[in-house]
Amino acid sequence: MVLHTLIDYDTLRVIWWLLLGVLLIGFAVMDGFDLGTDILLPFVARTDLERRIVINSVGPVWEGNQVWLILGGGAIFAAWPQLYAVSFSGFYLAMFAILFALILRPVGFKYRSKREGRLWRGAWDWALFIGGLVPALVMGVAVGNVLQGVPFHLNNDLRIFYDGSTLFELLNPYGLLAGLLSVAMLTMHGAGWLVLKTDGLVAERARRFGAVAALVTVLLFVLGGVWLFLGISGYRITSVIPVAGPSNPLGKTAEVAVGAWFANYAAHPWMLAGPVLGIVGALAAFALLWARKEVTPVLASAVSIFGIISTVGLTMFPFILPSSVDPKSSLTVWDSSSSHLTLFIMLVSVGIFVPIIVAYTSWVYRVLWGKVDAREIQKDNSHAY
Amino acid sequence: MELDVVDLSRLQFAMTALYHFLFVPLTLGLSVLLAIMETVYVMTGRRVWRQMTKFWGVLFGINFVLGVATGLVMEFQFGMNWSYYSHYVGDIFGAPLALEGLMAFFLEATFVGLFFFGWDKLSKVGHLIATWAVAAGSNFSALWILVANGWMQNPVGSAFNPQTMRMEVTDFFAVVTNPVAQAKFVHTVSAGYVTASIFVLGVSAWYLLKGRHIEIAKRSMTVAASFGLAASLSVVVLGDESGYLTTEHQQMKLAAIEAMWETEPAPAAFTVFGFPSEQDRETHFAVRIPWALGLIATRSLDTVVPGIEQLVNHAEERIKSGIIAFDALQKIRAAGSTAAIPPAVKDAFEDNGTDLGYALLLKRYVDDPRTATPEQIKAAAWDTVPSVPTLFWAFRIMVGLGFFFIVLTAVFFFLSARRTLDRYRPLLWLAVLAIPLPWIAAEMGWVVAEIGRQPWIIEGVLPTAAAVSSLGAATVLTTIVGFAALYTVLIIIEMTLMIRAIAKGPEPDEDPEANLIPAHLVAAE
Repeated sequence: MVLHTLIDYDTLRVIWWLLLGVLLIGFAVMDGFDLGTDILLPFVARTDLERRIVINSVGPVWEGNQVWLILGGGAIFAAWPQLYAVSFSGFYLAMFAILFALILRPVGFKYRSKREGRLWRGAWDWALFIGGLVPALVMGVAVGNVLQGVPFHLNNDLRIFYDGSTLFELLNPYGLLAGLLSVAMLTMHGAGWLVLKTDGLVAERARRFGAVAALVTVLLFVLGGVWLFLGISGYRITSVIPVAGPSNPLGKTAEVAVGAWFANYAAHPWMLAGPVLGIVGALAAFALLWARKEVTPVLASAVSIFGIISTVGLTMFPFILPSSVDPKSSLTVWDSSSSHLTLFIMLVSVGIFVPIIVAYTSWVYRVLWGKVDAREIQKDNSHAY
Repeated sequence: MELDVVDLSRLQFAMTALYHFLFVPLTLGLSVLLAIMETVYVMTGRRVWRQMTKFWGVLFGINFVLGVATGLVMEFQFGMNWSYYSHYVGDIFGAPLALEGLMAFFLEATFVGLFFFGWDKLSKVGHLIATWAVAAGSNFSALWILVANGWMQNPVGSAFNPQTMRMEVTDFFAVVTNPVAQAKFVHTVSAGYVTASIFVLGVSAWYLLKGRHIEIAKRSMTVAASFGLAASLSVVVLGDESGYLTTEHQQMKLAAIEAMWETEPAPAAFTVFGFPSEQDRETHFAVRIPWALGLIATRSLDTVVPGIEQLVNHAEERIKSGIIAFDALQKIRAAGSTAAIPPAVKDAFEDNGTDLGYALLLKRYVDDPRTATPEQIKAAAWDTVPSVPTLFWAFRIMVGLGFFFIVLTAVFFFLSARRTLDRYRPLLWLAVLAIPLPWIAAEMGWVVAEIGRQPWIIEGVLPTAAAVSSLGAATVLTTIVGFAALYTVLIIIEMTLMIRAIAKGPEPDEDPEANLIPAHLVAAE
């Protein structure tokens, strides 16, 4: 097959770097609002009916949303195999915590209302809360650690070794800050969703929690940026790197350098759009919640998520996963992708299927448009959550 | 016995995969049965079929959600526990996984929400489309994951790249149309249909025994018996063996299943029963049917099915050739640039490169395969034999059950045609007791396919032992205990809810006239 040479290898790598961003943002926007809804569950809903309203607001859509995570896993495996291998094995116990919590969530949604009883339903409410909080927190912590560099190195056979990096080492101050930012961001987004899909007391409480979460998001995001500027070194490639060369990270050299994470913004000021959208989106979410808007807050929080995640990507480019103990092992856009042919095939697949997915997903959201109706939940005991 | 990180990683994968596969077959089959039942409702307008779809849909949902939850672990643990594998073959293996998400999971998961929540929000046909979309999505997912698995068994369309130290795709079309993957897809999906059919048959038989929900039970049985008969014929006739002659290790798998230590003149006999001994390298007390194996495996009378010893001898040759490839690879990498590679080295790698994986089998005994002694090479060649007794028995249990399902579904198909489904109580009891059997057969199928693949993770390319992450044994043990505890609690809850939902039975049909449907929903209908 020679068709794939129509697009240069380095161009494909940049496209797949962008698609990596699209996947992570897609996951955080789509699955993010139901993770945020789970975090808010104990706070915005007190009675059993209120809790069922909250759960049913995401009931018909969480399964589809979660596929963003599964697709994220599969697409990273296909397009960035070395990233898939290093990050998931390096963050082994953190990944386990995320999976454990995420397993509780589907089961919690489906099984909670199958039986009466305070103990049964109370236990599942906890499971759902943990299922929302732990993934949000740990994923944020992971990003906070990636920005500082992860202690791994590759040997000559490209086998991966870790020097430390247990679950507790990840919980350093900057990692925790990023974790809390992630929780605040998704809580804001979940509140936006609840304001859209519910009314009465639940919506009112969601509005207040969401407004606070939006301000905390801005605060932590700015704090994270200042801290990164003042106290955390970035990484820099110090050799010539063939951008269309073979995917072997050991073909380059790199070093830790103060201020390197801000070099991209100095060279390309338009990249400041990332952090600006992160802040403006969250401030807009706050203002729109304050103004009792129902539809727009969730859109504003989505913009904020887009800005915040883009900021991480733009800050590190071309690095994807820097190594703190052996900078030349760091994974970058130019040396850790799949082969030219695989990137091309996957791009064609994405080009065909993503529009189809977007089309039917929009149709489903349109069918389900409107507030959750308490009467409907009480009527349908076999299928509603 | 001291378990190292390889054993523990295998244990965790086996545990999570076998557990995940408790929910997958029922999802595959029941989604199609739901779509069939709802199609009858939409075509005839008889509301009892709607009631049936809703009732079996409740059971589908309880099962489906655990399949979704445990499927997450499957998607991520290649990277967690098998990071060298992920690096080494991600270029090929990752693509079907991503395609599974794009083509199958989104379809299935987006529409399953509408299946449950859309009864009053969609038109009849609209809802039927959602149900078929769920069925199509779950069956597509089986296709892509078996393309991935088929490649592990028969790694076509790819080549080793010394510059990136990994396998890279050369012909994606060959990966997708891999004959092993195609055989596996038909076999696995049919097994799912059988599982769901026996499940529906058994639960309905229980209602008939109790004299409850007669109308729904009889109709469900008719659907399940006819669908189940077709599926169980397909699962046996189009069995996985069709792919067993395509590659060397698939032949080894077949020889191990048959405990056929030495090559026999064609057509080979089939050992129905016996006690294979790995120590003596023979099968004690063997009861054999002449010609049968040759016919099943090769569908001819004159094709020879090779025995274990012959295949081991051949593996030894490939290990020797692999050592030459390994040596050439080191020289190629030492050369630095492509231009600096001596032509002789290049030729050596081109001639022996496909056996590189065989040299890695020696890593168990020596760090540098080039220093291996003839005894070590012999030992490594014998390592290519998977556990013969395990395969021998797992295969016989699976096939025995497969034939039983044909008989069972045929009997109920016959009774249904004679309209005497509720006449023979012992037969109804047999159907109830048969409910767990398809799961046993399905799990045995996994054992045959994947234990049979050992010692390879990718046949001929990468040994399982070389594929693990550099994790501590204690770390992996922690997650094994964690998953085991969570999974145990969840299966107990799932079974309890399943039994309660079955005991409760179908909801009475709401009369559409008397029902107080809110105005805005009526408008949508």
